[in-house]
Amino acid sequence: MNTADQYLKTIYVIQQDTDGPASTGAIADALDVSPASANEMIGKLESRGLAEHEKYKGVQLTDDGIVRAREALQTYCIIERFLANVLAVEEFREEARDLEAVIDGTVAERLDTIIDRQPECPDCFDPETDACACLELASPPE
Amino acid sequence: MYANRRFGRVVTVSASQRVATDDQLARLLQIGIVLEEVVEARAHHHYRSLDTELDAEVETLLEDAAAESADHRERLEALIENLGGDSVPFDEIETLVDARYGRTKPEDFDGVLYDQLCNEETAYKFYDDLIEAIERSEATFSLDRESLVSTLETIRAEEAEGVREVTEVMERR
Repeated sequence: MNTADQYLKTIYVIQQDTDGPASTGAIADALDVSPASANEMIGKLESRGLAEHEKYKGVQLTDDGIVRAREALQTYCIIERFLANVLAVEEFREEARDLEAVIDGTVAERLDTIIDRQPECPDCFDPETDACACLELASPPE
Repeated sequence: MYANRRFGRVVTVSASQRVATDDQLARLLQIGIVLEEVVEARAHHHYRSLDTELDAEVETLLEDAAAESADHRERLEALIENLGGDSVPFDEIETLVDARYGRTKPEDFDGVLYDQLCNEETAYKFYDDLIEAIERSEATFSLDRESLVSTLETIRAEEAEGVREVTEVMERR
């Protein structure tokens, strides 16, 4: 997943939660990057027609942006589910975050052929736990 | 700072598309092993599903693909062993492939070839990204970086060759 997809995923989750535009500060905080870096990427997303930025209001994804964001979120869910249920990784959230940048969506699709993901994915993604709400863990989280 | 508290767990731009530690590298190699095992198990399934009208060309293609995946898997296992990591038993992945195959199997003959093309392309993309992520990293791993990259490059080249072979068969049909 490339950096742009990681931004799209984050903006989408914030937008869903606040039911409105995502502020640049909130995006930068969530991604642990500087506001300048966030602004630069938001500009790129805008030029690609994936997001719209209105000064003092924040960023909103376009329809194309939402499609890409949901794909990115799905890829993330697949990686988490794969780590938790196939490889029995206890720290699957942390590892998924570390690995997602290196795992492309096409690779995740292949991994998806051996995991049992629910059809509502990625709507089942819960930002509070940073995981799919339907994920059944081999060992429950601490 | 609301968002930071609220979404603190969704911090995502951490790896910056590079491999930083032995553990991360071992995990990625494990994922490579699973991908190869998925290819191998699916190729066996496809092969068995072709029993009525056996097509020699496709049969050979699937046989070769399964054998190549097994070989790649062994090479990845050797790398993981040097990192002190574990492999992923083939029979476990085969069971998972079996369990989901009904839902994910190709519908026809062309579908089998297309699935095989996806296998090869996906594997190529995986190794390509992995090599790039290793090359971007300045980390020192417990295994020799040069031989690691060279092994992965060889496997990637074989995946590229696999894409070419499947494409040729598809074009002829």
